[in-house]
Amino acid sequence: MVAVAAVLPLVLSACSAGSLGSSGEEGDATSIKLLVDNAPDNLQSAQQLAKAFEAKNPKTKVSVETRPGGTEGDNLIKTRLQTDSMADLFVYNVGSLFQQIDPTKTLTPITQDPYVKNLDESFVPQVTVGGQTYGVPLGSALGGGVLYNRKVYDRLGLSVPRTWAEFIANSEKIKADGVTPVIQTYQDTWTSQLLVLGDFHNVSAAEPGFVKDYTANKAKYATDPNAFKGFQHLQQIHDLKLQNPDFASATLVKGLQMLATGKGAQYPMLSTVISGIKTSNPDQLNDIGFFALPGDDAATNGLTAWFPNALYVPKTTTGGKLAAVKKLLAFAASPAGCTAQAKASTPTGPYLVKGCTLPTDVPTITKDVAAYFTKGAQSPALEFLSPVKGPSLDQISVQVGSGITNAKTGATQYDNDTRKQAQQLGLSGW
Amino acid sequence: MTTVAPTPPKTTERAPTPVRARRAHGTHSSYPTWFYLPAAVIYGALFLIPTLASFYFSLTRWTIFKSTFIGLDNYTAFFQEPALVKGFVNTFLYAIVTSGLKVVLGLFLGILLTSQIRARGYLRSAVFFPVLVSTVGVGITFTAFMDPSTGAINKALSAIGVDGPGWLTDPSLALFSVALVDVWKGVGLATVIYIAGIVSIPDEYHEAAKLDGANAWQLLRNVVLPLSWPATSTVIILSLIGGLRSFDLIWAMTRGGPGFSSDVVASVIYKQYQAGFYGLSTAGNVILFLVVTAVIVPLSRFLARKEVQR
Repeated sequence: MVAVAAVLPLVLSACSAGSLGSSGEEGDATSIKLLVDNAPDNLQSAQQLAKAFEAKNPKTKVSVETRPGGTEGDNLIKTRLQTDSMADLFVYNVGSLFQQIDPTKTLTPITQDPYVKNLDESFVPQVTVGGQTYGVPLGSALGGGVLYNRKVYDRLGLSVPRTWAEFIANSEKIKADGVTPVIQTYQDTWTSQLLVLGDFHNVSAAEPGFVKDYTANKAKYATDPNAFKGFQHLQQIHDLKLQNPDFASATLVKGLQMLATGKGAQYPMLSTVISGIKTSNPDQLNDIGFFALPGDDAATNGLTAWFPNALYVPKTTTGGKLAAVKKLLAFAASPAGCTAQAKASTPTGPYLVKGCTLPTDVPTITKDVAAYFTKGAQSPALEFLSPVKGPSLDQISVQVGSGITNAKTGATQYDNDTRKQAQQLGLSGW
Repeated sequence: MTTVAPTPPKTTERAPTPVRARRAHGTHSSYPTWFYLPAAVIYGALFLIPTLASFYFSLTRWTIFKSTFIGLDNYTAFFQEPALVKGFVNTFLYAIVTSGLKVVLGLFLGILLTSQIRARGYLRSAVFFPVLVSTVGVGITFTAFMDPSTGAINKALSAIGVDGPGWLTDPSLALFSVALVDVWKGVGLATVIYIAGIVSIPDEYHEAAKLDGANAWQLLRNVVLPLSWPATSTVIILSLIGGLRSFDLIWAMTRGGPGFSSDVVASVIYKQYQAGFYGLSTAGNVILFLVVTAVIVPLSRFLARKEVQR
């Protein structure tokens, strides 16, 4: 009895899948399921994309399902792929996390499809494994750098720093004026990593071979002078007392409010937080600008870029559904797709699809981020170039930024942390 | 008549054998062994097999897709974990502080709430109430209370002119702040155990001690304490096990932070799992299992030996 009861829903669902499978014929509707994480920006982009697609293709119905984000979401994606129960189309990270879902075994390549040619050259390697491309971007690129209050900068007659020394000089002037120069919010531990991760453009500009050596276990954060600078900067901010006094208990939301109201002047952050500022301080959104984390050399000043998530097709999607899914992918990789997404959520940087332009009314932060892309002064963050990323960087950088440990200890701890990840991935040389 | 006399000893001599035989036989006949089967299957499938499998998987590098045997590498890696040494020290500190305070406060409250005081029933419920509240809820609430600048505790302190510390943000204080909340939440259970222990002490002991002219302290020291020893040992064992494997409250309040300063073994293990190092976190669980066993088994033997006969 129990067995029958357990099998029954499967039989039923198999029936309905079968009847939908025959929908390749003219006149019938195909319905596809799209799984997306529950972060408001991603969800709204996906919903709006689905809506705009349905309007153009009335015979296809797209239902959007949500999943939790973070590690819980990672496990859910891996489990559903492994048990052949994935939705027809799903959204997931690109770069090192994408490598971990074993794309060659679980995903359908789209390399030969015509719309892949519309994707930006910088994006394609992020969703390509072994010569096969698997994904189409959902959402816009984003930058990791410093959000700054332009009113404070104007009042004090400061200009955007192009070297770290200028950044510190600016910060000292801001401090003398009684405004918090650098906002740090360690209650949300992930926010502590920006000074290290966002410095990567400077590392790769000074040392183009770093990624290769790092992935091969030859370059280390503690011993490589360029890579080490991120940790040094974190310690310096604390040593010079440039942080807000409540750095240990402040949250991201509070940090953004401090920045918007001018109580704090600079906040090392990702440009994704635009929607957060829009919610808490909509009137001050355009007072806030963005600049890349400066390094030692003004000539190579540029942005560390993060790539948007991508839409992937699991191997389990076949027949009429696969055709419908590919139509949706083609739509997402077209200017019409970008327009639909921009309607739903504020872009945080450029769209990585050829022919897409940003709406003219985007916030200043987006314009500032996009300018680095236009100039070509950007490199992808390390996590998009190397699969080796330690999971404890947030706590390690909280320790360095709070003065619990110094930069050297922090960098050494992070090197040990990355070793575990590399061994877990079975990389050679570790 | 004389022939009757030897019969009773014979029967008493013989009696144990049929009883023993009947008992042994009885378990066999009225409850067939296969009656155990459903329970054994559940216990085996949900406990024994996973436990044994975890010993194996702790020796592998395990992803969700495959596992590779790597010998003791996970254990080496786990012991090199920067947070781990700190985590071990913190685990023991936390367990000792919480169980110590629970014993002292539980005993005090137990004595208070068994004495003739006003509103005793109400006070008993009030003391027990925190036990019923969800741990994560308590954690989130106290995190808000303990916020250094906007929290209720420091606002109250500043009203009387004291500059309150960063309860959860000062690395040297964070663990103790969480331990205090744990005591607040758990002392109700300890109190109830003590109330039961104290109430079950027969009145004769009190009367006899009073007749001998014992004062309140002597009564406590020589009657209540030794005779409520089973309660004390239960409280110690329960709160020590709870403290050693404590996780939920710490995770809800500090996530092991700031940095690694309030990490305990369980939170280190959880972080490894979260990062996808399944083999490594399984190795951590095996270590935790061994450590808890190594502490609790001798301790419970020792405590059982100290129990007095009434």
